[in-house]
Amino acid sequence: MAEPMGFFTDTTVCIGCKACEVACKQWNQLPAAKGGLNSLSGDSYDNTRRLDGLHWRHVKFVEQFTPDRSEGRWLLMSDVCKHCVQAGCLEVCPTGAIFRTEFDTVVIQSDVCNGCRDCIGACPFGVIGINPASGTAQKCTLCYDRMQAGLVPACAKACPTESIQFGTIAELKKRAAARVQRLQGQGEKRAYLYGADDKMLGGLNAFFLLVDRPEIYGLPPDPKMPSRNLTSSSLWATLGAIGIGVLGLISFRHRGDRDA
Amino acid sequence: MGRGAATFFYRNMEESDCVVVMGSNMAENHPVAYRWPMKARVNGAKIIHVDPRFTRTSAMSDIYAPIRAGSDIAFLGGLVRYVLNHERWNSDSFFREYLVNYTNAATIINAEFKDTEQLDGVFSGLMEYTEKVKEWPFNGFIGQYDNASWQYAGTAAQARGWVAATQQSGEQRVGERDRDSARPSPASPKTLPKGPPYDALVRSLLKPPPQRDETLKHAGTVFQILKRHFARYTPEMVARVTGCPQETFLKVAETILANSGRDRTTSFAYAVAWTQHTNGPQVIGCCALLQLLLGNVGRPGGGIMALRGHASIQGSTDVPTLYHSIHGYMSHPSAQQKHATLADWLASETTARSYWANTPKFMVSYLKSMYGDAATRDNDFGYDWHPKILGDHSHMPMFVAMNEGKVRGMLCIGQNPATSLNAAVERKGLRHLEWLVVKDNWVTETAAFWSKAPEIQRGEVKPQDIKTEVFFFPSAQVAEYDGSFTNTFRMLQWHFKAANPPGDCRSDLWFTHQLAKRLKKLYAESAAPRDQGFKNLTWDFDPNPAQGQEPRVTGEPDGLKILREINGYYTGDPNRHVAGFGDLKDDGSTTCASWIYCGVFPAPGKNLAANRQADPPGTRGAQLGWGYAWPANRRIMYNRASADTRGRPWSERKKWIWWDGQKWTGLDVPDFPVSKPPSARANPDRVGLDSQSGTDPFIMKDDGKGWLYVPTGLVDGPLPAHYEPLESPVKNPLHKQQWSPVLKYWKRDDNAVAAVGDARFPYAITTYRLTEHYLAGAMSRWNPWLTELQPEPFVELSPELAGEKGITNLDWVRVTSPRGSVRVKALVTRRMRPLTIDGRVVHQVGIPWHWGYMGLSVGDAGNELTALVGDPNVSIHEGKAFVCNVEKA
Repeated sequence: MAEPMGFFTDTTVCIGCKACEVACKQWNQLPAAKGGLNSLSGDSYDNTRRLDGLHWRHVKFVEQFTPDRSEGRWLLMSDVCKHCVQAGCLEVCPTGAIFRTEFDTVVIQSDVCNGCRDCIGACPFGVIGINPASGTAQKCTLCYDRMQAGLVPACAKACPTESIQFGTIAELKKRAAARVQRLQGQGEKRAYLYGADDKMLGGLNAFFLLVDRPEIYGLPPDPKMPSRNLTSSSLWATLGAIGIGVLGLISFRHRGDRDA
Repeated sequence: MGRGAATFFYRNMEESDCVVVMGSNMAENHPVAYRWPMKARVNGAKIIHVDPRFTRTSAMSDIYAPIRAGSDIAFLGGLVRYVLNHERWNSDSFFREYLVNYTNAATIINAEFKDTEQLDGVFSGLMEYTEKVKEWPFNGFIGQYDNASWQYAGTAAQARGWVAATQQSGEQRVGERDRDSARPSPASPKTLPKGPPYDALVRSLLKPPPQRDETLKHAGTVFQILKRHFARYTPEMVARVTGCPQETFLKVAETILANSGRDRTTSFAYAVAWTQHTNGPQVIGCCALLQLLLGNVGRPGGGIMALRGHASIQGSTDVPTLYHSIHGYMSHPSAQQKHATLADWLASETTARSYWANTPKFMVSYLKSMYGDAATRDNDFGYDWHPKILGDHSHMPMFVAMNEGKVRGMLCIGQNPATSLNAAVERKGLRHLEWLVVKDNWVTETAAFWSKAPEIQRGEVKPQDIKTEVFFFPSAQVAEYDGSFTNTFRMLQWHFKAANPPGDCRSDLWFTHQLAKRLKKLYAESAAPRDQGFKNLTWDFDPNPAQGQEPRVTGEPDGLKILREINGYYTGDPNRHVAGFGDLKDDGSTTCASWIYCGVFPAPGKNLAANRQADPPGTRGAQLGWGYAWPANRRIMYNRASADTRGRPWSERKKWIWWDGQKWTGLDVPDFPVSKPPSARANPDRVGLDSQSGTDPFIMKDDGKGWLYVPTGLVDGPLPAHYEPLESPVKNPLHKQQWSPVLKYWKRDDNAVAAVGDARFPYAITTYRLTEHYLAGAMSRWNPWLTELQPEPFVELSPELAGEKGITNLDWVRVTSPRGSVRVKALVTRRMRPLTIDGRVVHQVGIPWHWGYMGLSVGDAGNELTALVGDPNVSIHEGKAFVCNVEKA
């Protein structure tokens, strides 16, 4: 296996230009939703609103201003599939369409996907959706095809400010830690990394530098695997099975009584 | 400073310690170049954004300073005053050495000069304007200045080349008196020395050098005039005029000064939000003044980055599509100027003491390029065949003239006037044409003005009543042909064809080439004198037969032959290219279409625009092996100023060009005579750069100095003064004079403007672009990937104003100006804010202007609201600041 690869997205240098969204669509041949006939969302400059089967990169715009404007920020962040080390989608996929690549990334094979949507519910970040063109579940592949050819993923290549950085996870973590330290030194005390360590789903292969709580960016503070419910649900299943067994025994007994 | 372009290169913004973005939304409209300010920021530089709106650039800045649209000079003037009065600036030897030696601070001005502070908002010399040419009464001035009193004491400074378009064209007759007294009148041609060679003619133009007081104490020095002129631009006044809180303004001022000096540099970046005002060049001039005071010009990480709004706009002014100049910023021969003969033109346009002393070489080589072998010494190199302009033929007067039936046909390439300024008037103009050719990627609003325009949809105009014959030519896109781009910092980059254009789409080169060939054929038999120029025009751009062409796309010219024509070659041997503009001759032995580009193609097979040799990663450098930047591949202009008067780098950290004892050397191509030592004395008896000293870095200027005070070249004053936009919600808090007394306004019923404080139009409005769309939309509104990102036009307004008007987010609203109205959705955001101007609350709204009635994403065009109002120097409109009303629709 090659070294684990991924994205480090430094939101403090994202200029919200959406070049990543367009470059992604161009390389991956994703059409615009409804042929481009969209309407204004009214939510800042975000008119595509979410990651889904047609939008594998999505730039979020968070306006934070006090009523008197004495404090004001416009947080910009390019969101993407996290390529979790412990990936919920991979765990639930019944057909084996989702697999882990030699780069430790998570990819959905369209020709094996049956469109059951289990993965959509299993993803704690909501990155997967159905591509209406193929009828299958789709999301960022971290440009698996480009990586196999030794190329940088389209979004990172197009990013003019190096907000999206691509590389080995080990190298990116080093860079990210240095960047946090630098920002802290420059007075940005709120800077921290989201998903860089293995506490979050074993580590996110696409992790982020943020300057506010995860919820502000629409990210779960404590994402969980679908299998987290395994113990409790299996307990209930066991109890249910016992109950049904007892009921069965009772009914057999009654029948026996009648027979007798 | 002397050249119409960015003073440095945008990659070098990485070396800035502070970047001020003002008059630009750089992150949104130049996202790729914004990489470099972001790199500087990552390294600890401060980014400041001064703007009416909190944009994506503001989001990426350390300080955001809100201002009212159209109040830039008040803000910049406040910075100038802050610097002039600051203790550190007055005591630091760096600032003093730079100021006294490299700027005209010490120069003494004519005692007759009266400042705006003395005349309540106007300069001395204001007079009435009268149209002079009856065939073209469309210059639009409301007044004019005679600049005789603005001159240097005892000698009239001259500026040529990069001066006001309206001065070059002659429609503004500033300084005529001065020109008449400064040299023999061309009305008596006997007194003009004959040429070529034209050395005697240039020598006859020599004037005494300016008088200087290097102690800066003389009351008539530029320095003392500046101190008096800006005395009232206090932080309180800045807040009153601009609405920017004093503490924010002071934080900006402190940050800029703290990051300027021997070891630190600050750069400015601006774009069309500085130019699209009735005083745009003065705003830029005020920035130049500030940067010169701070010693931030000609040095790494310092300077002024002019961000162009369109790919190769720089190229289109260098090899011009401008009305007032021919290639290389030389004045277009004009019926309004003393341009009767070549000698007259040379006498009018040459300055003897600057690099422009070489003008005869540039002009004769240009004429040789135009008329080839037919251009001879005996016929003034065909000068008489050259067309002459009558006045202002720029966009706005052209459409006014069109409305008056003075224009019969129009070729519209890469423009979309149907959604341009005061769009209804422009469409009305198009209806007066006999024919219209639109060459574009799509059937744009202009191509469909007769069938889909709002007035057609409303039934006010019927297509059958429009007599204009419209031709549409589908255009090839840039990757479908070879050619060059000149980017925002003067760098030419060759691009190669990647694919054939589809169907009948053809390049602009193809179209122009084929049109020229057909016109030449049409005029071939004409005996009319006026057609002789066309008959003699050289046009040799067909590819060599051996080259072969794609069978389907035939008739493309050879781009390299055009590049050779631009670069220049020896008339005796067309295969011998001119290696640089220093080799051009005034005797007809060289040809060169555009002298500033001379050197880009110094030998056959050596196209430097195609160079792709980057500096090694991690090294400091000027990237000299990547593309080719005019002039002479210099990346930072006036870089002599990166060394002190003795030629040593100002500091190790800011080392760029220095004197090594024998020559100028360093990281860039020196913008200075390479072997001229810092100790060289000015020789007042010599012409050209010999008349300048070893400490005169601004070689395009008559005195070698950076001009803090501009005696000539601008037609609206030697210093920037704050004026309100022609349409403003407030009275000018600074002067009795409300707006520029010499602005351009085309008075028409359909071009009405609101009076100051008109209650029907109470809000300030500005127009702008979004990252997701490009200009009038022909390259973006047809693209579904982009329309889904920004699907509809909108107006941005603050929750405070929305609350007053009962508007909620996404409501349909109607925005109205005295010219028209648009129906768009409301985007209510705290990024917009009410400002307190002169004691009262002024609301400001913003509207992107990308939209129109054709394409995938349609909506009302912002330009239905704008006016035909122009700046007096370059005839740029005032689309960045006017007034409106907003109501729920």
